[in-house]
Amino acid sequence: MATEGLVRPRLKPAPRAPLAPQQAIDAFARRHRYRWWEALPWAAAIAAYVLFPSYLPLGAQILATILFALSADLVLGYAGIVTLGHAAFFGTGAYTAGILAVHGWGEPITGLLAGTATAALIGFVSGWIVLRTTGLTLLMQTLVVATLLYEAANKASWLTGGDDGLQGMEVWPIFGQFRFDMFGRTGYLYCLAVLFLCWLFARHIVYSPFGRSLTGIRENVRRMHAIGAPVRRRRLIIYTIAAGLAGTAGALIAQTTGFVGLSFLNLERSGGVLIMLIIGGVGRLYGAFIGVPLYMIAQNRFSEIEPVYWYFWIGLLMVLVVVFARGGILGLSERLRR
Amino acid sequence: MSNTFAAFVSIGFHGLAFAMVLYLISVGLSVTMGMMGFVNLAHGVFAMLGGYVLTSLMSRMGVPFGLALIAAFLATALGSLILERLLYRRLYGGDELDQVLLTMGLIFMSVAAATYVWGPLQQPMHPPRWLSGQLDFGFRSFPGYRSFLILCGAGLVIGLWLGLERTRFGMKVRAAVDNLRMAQSVGINTSRLFALTFALGSGLAGLGGALGADLLAINPSYALDNLVYFLIVVAVGGLGSIRGPFIAAVLIGIADTGFKYLLPELGAFFIYALTMALLLWRPRGLFGRA
Repeated sequence: MATEGLVRPRLKPAPRAPLAPQQAIDAFARRHRYRWWEALPWAAAIAAYVLFPSYLPLGAQILATILFALSADLVLGYAGIVTLGHAAFFGTGAYTAGILAVHGWGEPITGLLAGTATAALIGFVSGWIVLRTTGLTLLMQTLVVATLLYEAANKASWLTGGDDGLQGMEVWPIFGQFRFDMFGRTGYLYCLAVLFLCWLFARHIVYSPFGRSLTGIRENVRRMHAIGAPVRRRRLIIYTIAAGLAGTAGALIAQTTGFVGLSFLNLERSGGVLIMLIIGGVGRLYGAFIGVPLYMIAQNRFSEIEPVYWYFWIGLLMVLVVVFARGGILGLSERLRR
Repeated sequence: MSNTFAAFVSIGFHGLAFAMVLYLISVGLSVTMGMMGFVNLAHGVFAMLGGYVLTSLMSRMGVPFGLALIAAFLATALGSLILERLLYRRLYGGDELDQVLLTMGLIFMSVAAATYVWGPLQQPMHPPRWLSGQLDFGFRSFPGYRSFLILCGAGLVIGLWLGLERTRFGMKVRAAVDNLRMAQSVGINTSRLFALTFALGSGLAGLGGALGADLLAINPSYALDNLVYFLIVVAVGGLGSIRGPFIAAVLIGIADTGFKYLLPELGAFFIYALTMALLLWRPRGLFGRA
């Protein structure tokens, strides 16, 4: 596609003053260290647990969705793979954990791992096919994978409950100790703990050499090919990992809400997670922590009034973000600081 | 034996009618993609708009079918022109993700707006009386409206191809798809060309949506529900190609109709599996350039 040299060039970050060599080395060496503000989301999550005890079920959903958005960020923000089918993995994880729980295996941790593994497997197989293409074709194929799974779940109603969704899940207490209570306390803490572990893992990936090479692939595929990086393999690896994490998120929601439905697999879900990520900021690892709570709390408030028109405002917000506030809230704050 | 034959004829016939609708809607998307490199997921919104214009003009105001079709074309072309100048233009050559987000945002807005204006229910489409009967071809009869769809689609396709081959405008379009920089250098006003092509493509989508209103039901989530079909046609056909999507639309239309007729339980699977297999074999589509 001859798009280079068209009307406007790609947005590049504003140039900073070049660092002296020693400074640059130090900056690289310190890059992966923890900073004080990285504790903020966790402090906020714990504060929310204490302050809003009646909103814990919503809180648990927000935490699990943050994980879903985080996994999308790995694919989208770091590897630069634009996908319209990320819900495929979310739904796979949810259905796996849900079906296990309905059929007599309600142990949550193994259910979670099973959901993760199944989703990662689907991610690997579909990624192997899908990642050969780029651009619109890739987009279409990710959508087709999700649509296929949606149709499968719809048709196999003996297994999935079809349109009515999967009902009657029995999830056992965590470690045989902590029962899922009606106030959602256990669910909230469970989601928080899983999110924390997955966040550590994702952070580790992002700051590893592997993560750096993913960024390289996103920024300039040709050059990465030229220096001999195994581009396709790396993209497939991160796609599989992200699919697994999305599966974890789906399984978390299935276990804490006790329900899985077809909406876990549809295009609104795939699109919705992109929106949440965009509002927060893509490729920044923390975009999910800002975008998801904002989106879901707003949705919880507004959609009670008029569920359909919620989509209008969210659509308008997307258009405005793209036109005026690229990089989302984190991008805006970065620009303000400069 | 004759039953099997009749079934095949029927599948071919209905598939072809579906293919015409798919092609009319998707060809604009293919050109937008090939020429401007723009991933316009909201293309289906224009088809939906065309369908709504037609159905409401006909059922609420009693406008004749032919006039309503023209109105559907003009309304979507004009609407898309405004959007192109206001929004799309800013993102030409920009980030793919931004384009996806912008157009997803437009889809979401269209869902809400259509619900607000026309309500959540499907809009019924009543073909005019002179098209609603059966058409007798001697050896068997065919539904009149579907026959009209095929003829009308074929006429439009031939007109479109001739226009692209024989007119100055078509020449410019082909030049810009082939090599944008070169087209700019020889003095083609590509910005205006984009706008016109975009409007024409969207207008055709509106026309396709209007003509196909009884095949692809007009309801608020139209653009979301049918997105995958339009993308498949474009990707299988090959981006930027004019004829490719036609072949793809015929393939998809007939295969989809056939599988849904023969294996209603698994209908939709085959079309998706077929698409994946085709793209595994030719990642750039049937007529895509390397």
